[in-house]
Amino acid sequence: MRLLPFIASTAITIGLVTVLNMQIPLGASKTPRLGYFLSPQQGFWQNAEPTNSSFNAQINTRGLKNKVDVYMDERLVPHIYAQNDLDAYYVQGFLHAKFRLWQMEFQTYVASGRLCEILGDSKLDIDRYFRRMGMVYGAEQTMAKMDNNREMQATVDAYTEGVNAYIKLLKPEDLPFEYKLLDYRPENWTPLKTYLFLMFMSYDLSGRGVSSDLKMTNARDYLGFESFNQLFPNLQDSLDPILPPSTIYGKPSIKPVKPAKSDSLYLHQVKATVNVSSPAPPNKNNGSNNWAVSGKKTRSGRPILCNDPHLGLNLPSLWYEVQINTPTHNTYGASFPGSPAVIIGFNDSIAWGVTNAGRDVFDYYDMHFRDSTMKEYWYNGVWKKAEQRVEVIKIKGKPEIEEKIAMTVYGPVMYDHSYSNESTKGRSLAVAWTANIAGNGLQTFYKLNRAKNFDDYQSAISNWWCPGQNFAFASKSGDIAIKQQGAFVARWNRQGDFIMPGSDSSFNWQGIIPENENPMVRNPARQFVSSANQMSTDTSYPYYLGGASAFPIYRGIIINRKLAVLNDITTTDMQMLQMENVNVFAEMARPVLLKYINESKLTKPQKKYVEILKNWNLRNDITEQGITVFNNVWDSLENVVWKDDFQKAAKPMPWPESSTLLEHLLKDSVYAYADNILTTTKTETIQDAVMEAVVRASAAMDKMVMEGKKLDWGAYKDTKVEHLLKISALSSLHLPIGGGENCINATGTVHGPSWRMIVQMTDVIEAYGVYPGGQNGNPGSKFYDNFINSWAAGKYYRLLFISKEDVTKQEKIKWHIAFINA
Amino acid sequence: MKFVTALFLTGFLAYVIGLFTNLPWWSFVFTSFVVAMTVHQKPGKAFLSGFIGLFLLWGLLAILKDNANEHILSTKVAKLFPLGGSYTLLILITAFLGGLVSGLAATSGSTFRKSKTE
Repeated sequence: MRLLPFIASTAITIGLVTVLNMQIPLGASKTPRLGYFLSPQQGFWQNAEPTNSSFNAQINTRGLKNKVDVYMDERLVPHIYAQNDLDAYYVQGFLHAKFRLWQMEFQTYVASGRLCEILGDSKLDIDRYFRRMGMVYGAEQTMAKMDNNREMQATVDAYTEGVNAYIKLLKPEDLPFEYKLLDYRPENWTPLKTYLFLMFMSYDLSGRGVSSDLKMTNARDYLGFESFNQLFPNLQDSLDPILPPSTIYGKPSIKPVKPAKSDSLYLHQVKATVNVSSPAPPNKNNGSNNWAVSGKKTRSGRPILCNDPHLGLNLPSLWYEVQINTPTHNTYGASFPGSPAVIIGFNDSIAWGVTNAGRDVFDYYDMHFRDSTMKEYWYNGVWKKAEQRVEVIKIKGKPEIEEKIAMTVYGPVMYDHSYSNESTKGRSLAVAWTANIAGNGLQTFYKLNRAKNFDDYQSAISNWWCPGQNFAFASKSGDIAIKQQGAFVARWNRQGDFIMPGSDSSFNWQGIIPENENPMVRNPARQFVSSANQMSTDTSYPYYLGGASAFPIYRGIIINRKLAVLNDITTTDMQMLQMENVNVFAEMARPVLLKYINESKLTKPQKKYVEILKNWNLRNDITEQGITVFNNVWDSLENVVWKDDFQKAAKPMPWPESSTLLEHLLKDSVYAYADNILTTTKTETIQDAVMEAVVRASAAMDKMVMEGKKLDWGAYKDTKVEHLLKISALSSLHLPIGGGENCINATGTVHGPSWRMIVQMTDVIEAYGVYPGGQNGNPGSKFYDNFINSWAAGKYYRLLFISKEDVTKQEKIKWHIAFINA
Repeated sequence: MKFVTALFLTGFLAYVIGLFTNLPWWSFVFTSFVVAMTVHQKPGKAFLSGFIGLFLLWGLLAILKDNANEHILSTKVAKLFPLGGSYTLLILITAFLGGLVSGLAATSGSTFRKSKTE
């Protein structure tokens, strides 16, 4: 042996292997283990799926009762034919895992506050946030309740078994791409993870109060209740509610009593308030459209149902298409990777779709604890014991942390001395949230999958708990209906819009509105039902729906206007309606702007923008510049009007809704807020404000043009579908699609129609759908994002709803996977 | 001749041990070491045959995967890294890293045995 050279070369080899085998910090993130990641036999090259891949397979597995046949069509949509329901859910779990494993597990890591485990302590704030809100607690509550329901327990168990059967067969080299990138491995699936995922959807769709209740409280304290009530009204002049305005409502069975002390203690409460910003408040635009038209309005004579839920646009997509065929049901639609059954879809007899109800089901109570141990709190004149819940946060490369959460009669104490900032010191805020109360999990969807008629639909949704939804319905037999269902708190006016006192049960929730008093309409005279997140009823409904800022109004107006005049409707008409880009807000707001613009006082370039605004066709189409000008002028106007009044507030406050400003401007020719309170010598008028807005907007747009940016709406809006890790290389960028907030085609920059579906209830069901993603979550697959261009262009796929007899004859079926019990 | 034998043995054995995907990705360190020890050459030549053996193996495997995939994934990874989306560069880096580790292991294997000619 030549000792020195040997030692030297061996040391260098070991050193190099060590470096290539570890994650190296790079900015806020870390590199993959480079040697492993690049290794062609183990690393990411293995995820490069051949474009001519065959998905034919025979899977020998344990836990099935009978053979299950899965036929994959050319878009990689599985059509599952099972001889019993549990086998079908087992296979659905297996397929979700096969195509979406990383995503479905990652989503539960987010929901349960476990991101630190895989991404390190930079995610500690987010993890604590979700845990302290009670996400794990809530999932446990629902799971405990559903475990007493044999049918649902067996369903979730079979699904879990299917996921785990796949994980067991997973070879190290086939690990999904993101596991290799972040260097961790999948755990076994558990039923709790399914409930955690559903909890995340509850958060996304009903958790807005987590930040808005704090901000509204700040705004009330800063402005005083009178001004607050003017700027953040609970009525909207232009509202076109979900239920026809002529609807007559019965007497309420619960009459919530406003506490006697509420005026001093609550509405005019002047106490130091909080300054907490949540790391990830639910997107304000989480919303949706759905509608159903009766056979009287369609060419086929049968109802058509449409739905497009607006959510964050991500890759891999939130949705996964599937057909499930068993002796009890034959159902097609969009499913959630992470959960059994179809969530939005149709079966042989009915179709259903959902939009978010937007009702307030999340409140804060201000708790008074005896001392910092938080063992006792003052409640109805006595010290009441608080349970302590301990959650352990594991952190990659660091010691774990114990999160201690005091539990009260309302729920978990989210903010306290251990989780606060300067202005929350000394304040303990407990969360009361319907999602933290045991719900019925998936039962509603399980039953909808099997529903045959209106009665089944009624029964299926009757116990839906959280998040509250508007369930639209259509059947082959000709019924259409819509019902707003969920656990809705019977509130007195303004109850829960702000932080409530937590030492006195008179401020507690006084009941959940009985299911049969929730807004519902079946086969209305106008021959259509629709919802677009607006308030469900007019003021004749006997319960308080919540502050108006939670309910966008313009999409509802345009949908109802269009549906009212459409007749002889075809599925193509419905496709065009879902892609409709007309902007009703601008239609109402532009005349107000133009009225106050005095062109003689503008420069030539400024006049040019006003010209564009004047000549605009009020459509948010890709090539239009008018919408860009309109948005810039309107945003500038909001700045001019509100900034001076709001900027002195130390605490974060929401600005009034655009609809509120517009309604005020339509009503008042003299508007107090138009005055810039920073200028003492002059009282500015609305005209001054609008002119100032035009000047500022013109300057901003000039700058953009100078920088080479386009004012064409599509390029300006720049829609993208982002990977869940926000990695742009794995995202789909610069998509050519119009629309936006207030359009039926509600496509924003990172948000919009996450699944468009149209179902015509003819004898042979004619259904169309598309979502911005692809069936395979692997970024190395051509099926990763192959629907995105069609989605952006407004093209739909005919959904293959195939009977068991015809499936082998269908030419669009490309592959067969046989599941055989080993 | 020895050079070619060592080169091919290095590549072949690295491929075979790589089929056992439960083993660490760097397991070929041992096969390259053993090849260099048994098919003995001077350290410089051993490095070169060890390097080229793995360079060709990893390069070839990556090219095969990449072509069948029509560069879908390699382009994304080459943007992520960032290599300006150049899959060719990514393949070269892959091959080079494999080659480097193997070459060093081979040098170590060569120096483990005393050279007859010396």
